[in-house]
Amino acid sequence: MTSNQKLFSEKHTTSSSEKVIKHNIPNERGFYGNFGGAYIPEMLYPNVDELRSNYRQILESDTFRQDFGLLLRDYVGRPTPLFYARNLSKKAGAKIYLKREDLCHTGAHKLNNVVGQALMAQHLGKRRIIAETGAGQHGVATATVCALLRIPCTVFMGSKDMARQKPNVMRMQMLGAKVIAVESGSQSLKDATNEAIRHWINHPADTYYLIGSTIGPHPYPDLVARLQSVISKEIKVQLLREEGTENPTHVIACAGGGSNAAGAFFHFIGNGKTRLIGTEAAGEGVDTKLTAATINSGKAGIIHGCKTLLMQTADGQVVEAHSVSAGLDYPGIGPLHAHLHQTGLAEFIPVTDTEALEAAMMLSREEGIIPALETAHALAALEKMAFKPTDVIVISLSGRGDKDLQTYQQYFTKP
Amino acid sequence: MNALQQLFLTKKQNLLSLFFTAGYPQVDSTTQIIEAAETAGIDFLEVGMPYSDPLADGPVIQQSSTRAIANGMTLELLFRQLERIKNRVKIPLLLMGYLNPVLQYGMVRFVQHAHACGASGVILPDLPLDEYDQEYRKLFEEYDLSPVFLITPQTSEERIRWIDQLSNAFIYVVSSAATTGKQQDFGQSQQSYFQRLQAMKLKNPLIGGFGIHNRQTLQQAWQNLNGAICGSAFLKKLDIAPAPGKAIEMLMNDLEIQKKQKV
Ligand SMILES: Cc1ncc(COP(=O)(O)O)c(C=O)c1O
Repeated sequence: MTSNQKLFSEKHTTSSSEKVIKHNIPNERGFYGNFGGAYIPEMLYPNVDELRSNYRQILESDTFRQDFGLLLRDYVGRPTPLFYARNLSKKAGAKIYLKREDLCHTGAHKLNNVVGQALMAQHLGKRRIIAETGAGQHGVATATVCALLRIPCTVFMGSKDMARQKPNVMRMQMLGAKVIAVESGSQSLKDATNEAIRHWINHPADTYYLIGSTIGPHPYPDLVARLQSVISKEIKVQLLREEGTENPTHVIACAGGGSNAAGAFFHFIGNGKTRLIGTEAAGEGVDTKLTAATINSGKAGIIHGCKTLLMQTADGQVVEAHSVSAGLDYPGIGPLHAHLHQTGLAEFIPVTDTEALEAAMMLSREEGIIPALETAHALAALEKMAFKPTDVIVISLSGRGDKDLQTYQQYFTKP
Repeated sequence: MNALQQLFLTKKQNLLSLFFTAGYPQVDSTTQIIEAAETAGIDFLEVGMPYSDPLADGPVIQQSSTRAIANGMTLELLFRQLERIKNRVKIPLLLMGYLNPVLQYGMVRFVQHAHACGASGVILPDLPLDEYDQEYRKLFEEYDLSPVFLITPQTSEERIRWIDQLSNAFIYVVSSAATTGKQQDFGQSQQSYFQRLQAMKLKNPLIGGFGIHNRQTLQQAWQNLNGAICGSAFLKKLDIAPAPGKAIEMLMNDLEIQKKQKV
């Protein structure tokens, strides 16, 4: 053990001596085992503290639950189908179900979280919303709900991502959001997040920061996981109908920051019956520099206000991530997932750019569904795992692939 | 008692401190800046430990950090540089930066090395107060390092009192809710914030920072608090001046203070 690891494990004793109620919910200080917490400068403290001390009560209030439930049903389009994928099942030699988050309004699971947090912002009396975005899916979702609720919206997006996800930039603008190009650092999701946080520091009173994944300081990872947990709640009901059991043998989801995986895993975590598999973007390969496989290549540290696994140099400088998929191009991972990995409650496997691209084509041809590039990373796991005929596998089909057509076209028409 | 605490025993007013990023503009600038600051009669220094993702900083400090990292600055190298001049300079030094590089270095090792190269204190704005209190307080005390915490106009009275209790050198008074280098001149809101702090009769001196860049901002901090820290404005001078001594002179001009007035 290095002195560093010792330091982190010393910490373990303090945080885990407090009561950990469940593995899917952090303790009072926002820790999932070793990971989580709120490592923020004082300038952010009042805002984060205001959210922390109110979010549980708001989530549990009748008005919130009613408004959230109605919007999920009538605006997002929930419940999303759990689709039995016949051709894919035959190919894999096991039963495969697709949880169709790609059929949510705006084309990804991201809207579940945004609807919830936008209502949260209203409950807190905030008048403006800011967000970061990578693939643009979270930005589009935020711009969409802000249009609906008439809340002024600003989205920070890396200039590199703006170039590779143009249709989403145009959607955000059409929806009336202001899109700010972030030129600092790697010009992708990490830097968009930095700029959103800096903007929040400079506009503390009236602004709500609507984070797009299970990342950031406590309470964000918990808040986002709870809002996305509707995914696994529905899976249980739907699977009981189809298979006579609530619990699949496997749930597979891609993990960028980890929100669709958190939602798809949530009600199965620690049940002793379901293997939870997250797929990470390995880029050109886990052992190369061009990777975003945080769990497989990262070390414990702090990024964007929480303790988690992240890709960094030996000196603790955050390393730029690489993935063909903008939504997974992030050098960190949510603290929940770092914890699930450390405790063995979930496993995380790396998927390369090429494997993901091929999996996207595979799903298009087998089932007539063009998935998002992020989602394609989850589908690629099928090629890497062996299944029994009795296995019942649920894959989180987190988003649709319209935004990625240019990338697909470039790859598949390459001579 | 460390050098910084000794300074506050004898000097209680019109203190002036500078923040700079170690390894900027050149990797060797660190020691030159410290020596030039001592010669110019600056009271104490914050030595910035560069970080790739400085959340609380505006473009000036961000760019200096990026440059310093590209120049090869690391904590290992910084400690070697400080070690080299520790017997030559007396000016109290604080190390300031983000928590992640320190955790990778190892907190125990970091505190030991900071002490060994003569640092008086450490400022880690993203280190939570309760974590400092429960896990690192004893360690800091053992090595005679002062922890310094930030407060802003939004910090509650209860929290300020807690910070006052945890502190033993000074409290860093952030002038407004903003990232570094954003502020224009100070106005009525800073004035009432500073006065509210004065009225609290805290045990630690109050040093104002973020936005000190001209006579108006410096004087307002000096009149209401015990001293002022100048960061982004100093880095801008370092960028254009041929040598650190000259940069300090240019800054003093902007702040409209004479050397002799200071001592
Ligand atoms: C369709 C889709 N899936 C997955 C992700 C990754 O995010 P998360 O890990 O939070 O689900 C994104 C991010 O943009 C996305 O657009």
